[in-house]
Amino acid sequence: MSKVHVSTTVNGEPVEFLADTRDTLLDSLRDSLGLTGTKEGCGTGDCGACSVTVDGTLVCSCLMLGVEAQGKKIETIEGMANGAELHPLQRKFIEHAALQCGFCTPGILVASKALLEKNNNPTEEQVRYWLAGNLCRCTGYDKIIRAVMDAAAEMRGAA
Amino acid sequence: MAKDTNMSDFRWIGTRPDRPDGLDKVTGRARYGADIQAANMLHAAVVRSPHAHARIVKIDTSKAEALDGVKAIVTRADFPTGLTGEDWDLQENTMAGERALYDGHAVAAVAATSAHIARDAAKLIEVEYEILPHVIHVDDAMAEGAPVIREGAAGPAVPPGLHPNVVGYTEFGHGDVAAEMAKADLVMERSYKTEATHQGYIEPHACMGQLGSDGKGEMWVCTQGHWYIRKMCAAVLGLETAQLRVTASEIGGGFGGKTTIFMEPLSLALSRKAGGRPVKLVMSRSEVLRATGPTASASMDVKMGMTKDGKITAATANFRMQGGAFPGSPYDMALYCAFAPYQIPALHHVGYDVLANRPKCAAYRAPGSPMGAFAVESLIDEMCAELGLDPMEVRIKNGSKSGDKASYGPTFGVIGLEETLVATKAHSNMSVPLGPNQGRGIAAGYWFNHGGETSVSVALSEDGTVQVSVGTPDVGGSRASMALMAAETLGIPYENVRVNIAETGALGVNEPTHGSRATFASGKAMHGALTQAINEMCKRAAAKWKIDPEAVEWKDGAAVPAGPNAGQFPPMTIEQIAKKMGSTGGPISGHHESVPGGVGASFGAHVVDVEVDPETGHTKILRYLVVQDAGRAIHPSYVEGQYQGGAVQGIGWALNEEYIYDDMGRLQNPIFLDYRVPVASDLPMIDTVIVEVPNPGHPFGVRGVGETGITPPLPAIANAVAAATGARIRHLPITPTKLLAAIKAK
Amino acid sequence: MSVSALLTPWFQRRCVSFVLVCGSTIALWVDLHLTFGQRKCIHKEHRFQKLQGICMNYHSPSSFADAARIAAQATGITRYLAGGTDVLVQMRAGAVTPDDIIDIKNIAGVHDISRTADGGFVIGAAVSGAQMGAHADLCAAWPGVVEGIELVGSTQVQGRATLTGNLCNGSPAADSVPGLVAAGAVAQVVNASGTRDVPIEDIPAGPGRANLAKGDVIASITLPARATGGGDAYMRFTPRTEMDIAVVGCSISLTVDGDTITSARVALGAVAPTVVLVPTAADAIIGTSLDDAAIDALVAAVTAAAKPISDKRGSAEFRKDVVGVLAKRVAKKAYARAKGEAV
Repeated sequence: MSKVHVSTTVNGEPVEFLADTRDTLLDSLRDSLGLTGTKEGCGTGDCGACSVTVDGTLVCSCLMLGVEAQGKKIETIEGMANGAELHPLQRKFIEHAALQCGFCTPGILVASKALLEKNNNPTEEQVRYWLAGNLCRCTGYDKIIRAVMDAAAEMRGAA
Repeated sequence: MAKDTNMSDFRWIGTRPDRPDGLDKVTGRARYGADIQAANMLHAAVVRSPHAHARIVKIDTSKAEALDGVKAIVTRADFPTGLTGEDWDLQENTMAGERALYDGHAVAAVAATSAHIARDAAKLIEVEYEILPHVIHVDDAMAEGAPVIREGAAGPAVPPGLHPNVVGYTEFGHGDVAAEMAKADLVMERSYKTEATHQGYIEPHACMGQLGSDGKGEMWVCTQGHWYIRKMCAAVLGLETAQLRVTASEIGGGFGGKTTIFMEPLSLALSRKAGGRPVKLVMSRSEVLRATGPTASASMDVKMGMTKDGKITAATANFRMQGGAFPGSPYDMALYCAFAPYQIPALHHVGYDVLANRPKCAAYRAPGSPMGAFAVESLIDEMCAELGLDPMEVRIKNGSKSGDKASYGPTFGVIGLEETLVATKAHSNMSVPLGPNQGRGIAAGYWFNHGGETSVSVALSEDGTVQVSVGTPDVGGSRASMALMAAETLGIPYENVRVNIAETGALGVNEPTHGSRATFASGKAMHGALTQAINEMCKRAAAKWKIDPEAVEWKDGAAVPAGPNAGQFPPMTIEQIAKKMGSTGGPISGHHESVPGGVGASFGAHVVDVEVDPETGHTKILRYLVVQDAGRAIHPSYVEGQYQGGAVQGIGWALNEEYIYDDMGRLQNPIFLDYRVPVASDLPMIDTVIVEVPNPGHPFGVRGVGETGITPPLPAIANAVAAATGARIRHLPITPTKLLAAIKAK
Repeated sequence: MSVSALLTPWFQRRCVSFVLVCGSTIALWVDLHLTFGQRKCIHKEHRFQKLQGICMNYHSPSSFADAARIAAQATGITRYLAGGTDVLVQMRAGAVTPDDIIDIKNIAGVHDISRTADGGFVIGAAVSGAQMGAHADLCAAWPGVVEGIELVGSTQVQGRATLTGNLCNGSPAADSVPGLVAAGAVAQVVNASGTRDVPIEDIPAGPGRANLAKGDVIASITLPARATGGGDAYMRFTPRTEMDIAVVGCSISLTVDGDTITSARVALGAVAPTVVLVPTAADAIIGTSLDDAAIDALVAAVTAAAKPISDKRGSAEFRKDVVGVLAKRVAKKAYARAKGEAV
């Protein structure tokens, strides 16, 4: 059957793509738009590697259809830095060695950014529970949590 | 031998700069296995057996072939015959032959113009199976009457009279076990079991393969070892090895599970059949859990004698492990490691490698060592409880020291177990007061680490910056460690070194990033290659100064006269040498390949505090400490990361992770929903202490660190739970169901 | 008329759910026409006419009447799409490929939480767990209901998951259902004939099944006003702290007058093929101040009412043990909330 034409906004830019109705938003981002920063780790919403925000809400892009992107505002890891200027979370992740293989990192960064936009002073427990849907198998989460809390502190200081 | 340098005078080593690939990885720019597209690319899907053991009667691909968009289908008939040994095992696992040997075993594959069409086509391939009896658990698979998975596969060491599913056997030891046991005040014998777990990397296997009718091929693949992928694909497909060029993408975790092939040859076979079009093949999560390489499950009997003041006099171990439907469980390595932390006068080990209708196991971080440690470290703890002894003191009392003979035969070089145990004992975590329903457990662990084939090149760029080409994919930050070691050796800034993971066409054979070898072996070879380049740079300076090359040495990034008698010349910097190199003799580079000796083993000790809900059997980790000897921490943040990651995998293995099969032999939990890896809210911060007892076999004292960390958690947690509840669980994982039943039974 | 002319328009008019059916239908056509000659033509047409792949029709109606009509007229497998956090998982697992997927998110009102005249809440079918958690009045009135939906999956899943989806997916372990049942919530079910109210406890029919006919669609779920002196809570047992399916779930909604419980509803999840409303458990605590004897009676009642199975997530014996433990803890929490105490 013919594909569906989708018009949407990704990282602030208007884009268009063709979607097979069975494509997930993750498929569309990666394969139709070439934005491979968002990853597929499980396809079942259990790992968070595919995290993006849609109209400001943190979601798993593997649990949305590509056709549902019509008219939405989508933010992915590729839109997190402001040109060459990294987001404080991105800087802190490098500084704290909060990544080893880096595969879960885009999803965790997008999820952490969504947290700090909602709560700029989370406790360790709040960070851990917010990120419970982002699996990391390399780090044991320790340095990730430290990086998020340090970024939050910097962003509060700068505010 | 390491240079005569005071190890604490390093300028770069031991610092924590940003990793060179950090920017790529936090922006989503880094490209992993599935992040590739090519013109004319096809997508593949694999048909997999839903049966644990079945004869493949017929495969009808006609309906799939008729589907618009399908360009190629392969079955075992498309593979060469005549392979033997390990090559045959790899081929048989890549695609089933006469029988499907486990739930998930590949039986056919299809390439089509879209992933949807490929999956639809896979569903149209009709396979007729004759279901055969199956066997899942190791002790069942050895028992009389168990379904035979393969006849005549037993290795030469296997004694006669055992079930054909027993394919490997080892027996070794020393001393007079009976006599030494008789000297013990307490002899205890227990049985322990662990279940199969998966490495659980978040990135599923993915590759893009392209193979022409001329036998020349290219592959892009997420792997820990692209030379292994090349060698194995070539063997399985009957290709000439050098005609296949393999590029390692960034890798989203491996932990041993990506050191071998699973579906990679299928992409090449499909490509060749589709006229050489590139074929992308990405596994789903359930395919990863069903059909890649989980670790073995183990059934272990251990017996130990201990005097009332805590001296271990003798021990025996009988380990039985199933590694799936193919030989290769780590039963032997489990035995080598099991008693390695201790000096025991008499030991006897027996081990069995057993087949079962499960996927072909692969390495998982210190393969075998966690299982053996679970048995031995639990038993020591049980005996300490019985004798009223301090478990830490007993470890220190019996601990192996440098120069001691190891339990499995070789003599230890310089090792740091004693320092590790002393540091653990002194740590403040050991004296945190515990409340109700809380308990503390400790355990030691060991991994030998590895050298392996290594080939490294370095080259000077025209502006004096340096490129390093290694063959060990960067799984966890090793580019940073390489760059730090290179900066230290050359005396140039860390930022002036670029480390590249070269493809197979650019270097000689490299073993994978496994065995905790990358920083050790690639680092040591890089040091050799840099030494060669340094010698050449000194020669260029000597030529310019018209002095003997022997009179020139390298210091702080420049060639300098070696002493006042050599002459008064200002240092010739690497930039100056590089700028002129085209006219002073040509490109300057270095190359080194070897199977490096001087591997340094790494010991660790963990302390964990748990709290158990006595009404539900739920275990919470309150506090976790990893103490481990790194020899020399090149980049301490990434050493800490290895300690923490290994510990958390061990926590998952101890509490929640296991392969669950139904009575048809089908895997019941092939997705992350019910294959339960630890999530962020399950854990506290993981405290770490890096002990440094430098390894003299490495220029900077490096010991591999990646693997030891997964070994102590299994027994440490079991010990802590026993302390918290009085209930001793000897069969992992310590699920709430098991623990609550054990608490109620007390 | 050639076979190809007969076959082509037939193909183009239909999207069939199973290509096998299609294939064998072509074969039937071919068989029939063999009798009438032109064998070589048929052979050529068969080669020319490849099987077409599966297609899924995506609909985005603007009213529930339209949604219900599309569902009623659909001939193959139909799924509604609200949050998609169950449907897409099932699609990706190959368990289902809907012929028609009906997205209800563009219907007016589905994203709204509105109030009824008497202070109840009407929760639109596409309201996400995250939205519910951000609604201060809803959290204050029905914390147990919000607790339930906020335990479904992860933060990301809660950004999309809905009460309606959680209910209609029919998992016996669904986290939001016990709270809705304990609260006495009611679903507004729309079909071609109109709208009717169905108590939530009447919707689940068994694992994966709902008591809804073809052409029914849930437009909203209504929670009654929180009675004075009321409090509710939901707890579940999972091996990890998050991300697991409930091994046992329990929700209690009760009202107190002073220290005495005056009404109660006790609902259990994951211990039977559907959620279980346990009147005997309610009776055990009504008229009491939740003293030890009442708690013991509550525990006995829920343990007796639980009919769990043993599966990969837990044994029946474990579930029987833990359901009582949870009921006790939930009762205390709901009671504290009812009395206005901080929990």
